[in-house]
Amino acid sequence: MNINLKNTFLIAIKAIAVNKGRAFLTMLGVIIGVSSVVLLISIGAGLQAYISDQFASLGGNIIFVSPGNPFGEGSGFSGESSFIESTKPVLKRSYLNQVLRDNRGIIRAGVASGFSTGEAKYREITKRITLYGVTANYGEVVKMETEKGKWFDEASESRSERVVVLGNGIAEELFGKIDPVGKRIRIESRTYTVSGVLMKQGGSFGGPNFDNYVYLPLNTLFDDFNIELIDSFTFEAVDQNDVESAKAGVEKSLSKFLDDDEFTVFDQTQLLDTINSILGTLTIALGGIGAISLIVGGIGIMNIMLVSVTERTREIGLRKALGATPNQILFQFLIESALLSVIGGLIGLGIAYLGSLAIQAFFPAKVTMEAVLLAFGVSAAVGIIFGVAPARRASRLSPIEALRYE
Amino acid sequence: MPQNKHSGKLKNTKKTHSTILELKNVSKIYQVGTQTIKALDDISLTVKEGEFLSVMGPSGSGKSTFLQVASILATPSSGKILINGKDTSTYNEIERARLRNKEVGFVFQTFNLLAKTSALENVALPLVYAGIDETTRRQKARNILEKLGLGDRLDNGPSQLSGGQQQRVAIARALVNDPAIIFADEPTGNLDSKSGEEVKKILKQLNLEGKTIIMVTHEHDVAEIAKKHISLIDGKIVNGKLKS
Repeated sequence: MNINLKNTFLIAIKAIAVNKGRAFLTMLGVIIGVSSVVLLISIGAGLQAYISDQFASLGGNIIFVSPGNPFGEGSGFSGESSFIESTKPVLKRSYLNQVLRDNRGIIRAGVASGFSTGEAKYREITKRITLYGVTANYGEVVKMETEKGKWFDEASESRSERVVVLGNGIAEELFGKIDPVGKRIRIESRTYTVSGVLMKQGGSFGGPNFDNYVYLPLNTLFDDFNIELIDSFTFEAVDQNDVESAKAGVEKSLSKFLDDDEFTVFDQTQLLDTINSILGTLTIALGGIGAISLIVGGIGIMNIMLVSVTERTREIGLRKALGATPNQILFQFLIESALLSVIGGLIGLGIAYLGSLAIQAFFPAKVTMEAVLLAFGVSAAVGIIFGVAPARRASRLSPIEALRYE
Repeated sequence: MPQNKHSGKLKNTKKTHSTILELKNVSKIYQVGTQTIKALDDISLTVKEGEFLSVMGPSGSGKSTFLQVASILATPSSGKILINGKDTSTYNEIERARLRNKEVGFVFQTFNLLAKTSALENVALPLVYAGIDETTRRQKARNILEKLGLGDRLDNGPSQLSGGQQQRVAIARALVNDPAIIFADEPTGNLDSKSGEEVKKILKQLNLEGKTIIMVTHEHDVAEIAKKHISLIDGKIVNGKLKS
């Protein structure tokens, strides 16, 4: 029995080897299916890991305040209400100072920030930029250090000085090899002095790329760009283990000015949890799309195996005449389709691995063990499940009919 | 009735031959639409060890059905077939497959070799289903191919062999498991006359060495190599016309 199974296995391998072209075409569906499942899952997992890393690099003691309620029911990231609300100036500069005053001892520093966009020009080069107005200490709180020059200080901010700190990417685009520190650039119609260039923050995906931001004092942003909207406060708690009481302090201070539903205080864990749950759903959805192609691949195997059974009717008849039992024929075809599927799965894994290496150049991707095992298991299962019908048909052929078949 | 396992080395001695194949009142009825066709009509026949039987008859006479039923590829509608004294009428498909593997060798008109598969592997195929290990398989297959003059063609596939060579490979395959009986279905039907002569010579020689052979053919000059002859018409044996 053992030697029979081994022989049946060898016969199946031989059948694949004899018809490499057809075998490859048969495997193609599974190759595409497995490589897309693994690749899509690895992109999802890579994103999650990347974002967690980014948050970890900020440190665990950051508290955010944003207008509206991005985590609340009926709004959140799914709704638009938080963004609509945020167009109204809810957070005011004075609140920031109040919070800092109320919570001395548990909050070390706090910054406010606001957005605008514009065009920056240095000599002949013009770039579309995002302007990020921040109060002094911003770099310190969110741990963005300068590579060259320095951040503007409190005095510059209160005097609305026209100074900017450039993200690493925009600095290189505008200045190339020239050292930007001390140089003057034009943003819209005004001239600003570059006080520093930030360290490279690394690529981003879909969301903001901080390397292309231009940072300037919040007061300068308000004066020059005719806006008065603060889109967030960022606080740094003194003790990483006491973020909760710092959050409570911030909430208490702000509730003097605002209703509970006008602002939200949250920390990184909350933000990270939310992002993770979104990415988790996304990963499952991506994997699901890949899984559909895997099933299509399985149906492809079944079709080709059915065709192959018809095409090899005489061979099957001959094998039966020479003493093959129906079960031996059944297993031959079953093993053949399972092998095709598994080999296709392995090739698909290889492609997914190479693909993930290529993607890593501009997008985080991580081939996870789970994805590999899942894809491998599913492709083997696909081969067996979709191999049953053709194998049964083969095993039931009558040897006479089969030998007579032209 | 003695039931010695047939031995290929047995000489064509005339007496004490055991019965290899026995058909008892075998009929085979096909239902084609509403029509009932009696392809074999109450046939009884005994083939003893070392015999060489030719089966002739016009097309539609039941020759092919006779061969399929006698070689237990197909089951009869009624009657019994005994191979080496074993009654096959109660056998299921697995048992019949095993018995065919062990006791029956086939030589087909169209050779039926596996494409893109070497002569050696084609010949070894019945041994695969007999559960014999690879080393022994290759050894046995090589011996027989060498005996049939194909020692230099072991690794060639069917497409690299002439028709005559292909049929010799097929004969080697029929012999490799040392079966009790060989069924040949128009073995020269697809060959030119020179290759046909070659195949006839081989079959004759095998019979001289003691092999029991049943050959279906419609050509008289091919049938001549057999020592015993029957003709079928409408599924019945009409006469045992014997030639010297």
